[in-house]
Amino acid sequence: MAEYSVFSLLRNALNGNRDWKPAWRKPEPKPAYEVIIIGGGGHGLSTAYYLAREHGITDVAVLEKGYLGSGNVGRNTTAVRSNYLLPANMRFYEHSMKLWENLSHDLNYNVMFSQRGCLNLAHTPAQLDEYARRGNAMRHEGIDAELMTPAQLAREVPGLDLSASARFPIVGGLMQRRAGTARHDAVAWGYARGADRRGVDIVENCEVTGFLREGDRIVGVTTTRGEIRARKVAVAVAGSTGRVMRLAGIDRLPIESHVLQAFVSESLKPIVHTVLTFGMGHFYMSQSDKGGLVYGGDIDGYNSYAQRGNLPIVEDVMSEMLALFPSLASVRVLRSWGGVCDMSMDGSPIITTGPLPGMYLNCGWCYGGFKATPASGFAFAWTIARDEPHEINAPFTLDRFHRGLVIDDKGQGATPRLH
Amino acid sequence: MLISCPYCGPRDVSEFTYQGDGNRPRPEPASTDQAEWNAYVYDRLNPAGDHNEIWQHSGGCRSHLAVTRNTLTHKISAVSFVRKQGAGA
Repeated sequence: MAEYSVFSLLRNALNGNRDWKPAWRKPEPKPAYEVIIIGGGGHGLSTAYYLAREHGITDVAVLEKGYLGSGNVGRNTTAVRSNYLLPANMRFYEHSMKLWENLSHDLNYNVMFSQRGCLNLAHTPAQLDEYARRGNAMRHEGIDAELMTPAQLAREVPGLDLSASARFPIVGGLMQRRAGTARHDAVAWGYARGADRRGVDIVENCEVTGFLREGDRIVGVTTTRGEIRARKVAVAVAGSTGRVMRLAGIDRLPIESHVLQAFVSESLKPIVHTVLTFGMGHFYMSQSDKGGLVYGGDIDGYNSYAQRGNLPIVEDVMSEMLALFPSLASVRVLRSWGGVCDMSMDGSPIITTGPLPGMYLNCGWCYGGFKATPASGFAFAWTIARDEPHEINAPFTLDRFHRGLVIDDKGQGATPRLH
Repeated sequence: MLISCPYCGPRDVSEFTYQGDGNRPRPEPASTDQAEWNAYVYDRLNPAGDHNEIWQHSGGCRSHLAVTRNTLTHKISAVSFVRKQGAGA
């Protein structure tokens, strides 16, 4: 397997880069495994990696219906942050942040994690009060947060329209310095390589078409590449959870699938060096190392599995960008795309044993699953290996909705399109 | 995406407000069956394919509409007034 170091870089540079080895094998699926993970996205791959690294379980197959990185792990806007309000979310996402901070070393793979900060802008005194409350809650949990004045914002983001005549004048902001971005493809590839070299089979172009049962128990799957049996079957297919779980006979879940669009502009000189969010609507933006602005806003707002959206949201997102940066009016959009998100009923995810014997479920990531990738895999691997949740995912059960234990960070209630 | 309002004709989706899943049978108001209410509030069919849903023509005639729309293609195959056919939600 490829080892990456300054020496391998030099050697391959001198060889004309002819000797790089593929980062993971392309194995034929075996007839049986200890654990099958359905879904070769970020969460499935990190689950496989932590199963092997933390629990010594290497007889694992990751089944991916397309190619690696073709789903949401390659469609998000790459932001990583842990600026939540509720303790369950703060602890989970802060655990993830700590894994992010060491991820490139851990994987020996440069995921380009850049702690450039995440800045939420406030446009009313009430909103600034709410940010102060959230910042204080974060600091109580040992997470960094800074409340910023407009004068500090002017130094931080010089292009921002801080004038009193702005459509929604900016009165302050909440900054998490340790937040940032990571290269999403590299996260998928790094986890894939790390899992593969520990013995995990990553099987691409292998779509699950049904579940094998013995009585109530799930004992394997049927796929487009044949039948594969396993003692434990884990589902990590956020976006397609409804489709896959229906194959197991589960018709209703506390989830709706919605489409979220994202955009990249042409390359510009550096103008924004943090992840920036607009508070009078829903808009977020960062600038990639290539110079493209990477940005998005709300989900389209109706159920969809289509991986493409409609124009009203495109107009909304562009107008919100111009409300912050009138100077970007003539910047061209290079491309846009859509990804399908599991919108849960409280905006928080589900990582749990069940709902059927022999099955494990990881879903409901709304449109914030990328930052969770390390902790999601870490907690899901723990849950699969030990048949009980880790303390960081114990609150994220499937039955919390019916038990009155929802974790609703935004306080929006059971209206998924508002989370 | 265009929705053909039975009163106003085909109009852009931005004139409409999505009111969600139309596959949720609302329990009798007097029901005290907690499981039934929980299922109504939290559980969704979420199909990949034709989906029964409720929209309101909030930027037009303000009628509530029962729409059948394919969640894989966004193609709308049926629109009618909710008051004519009744709806769960």
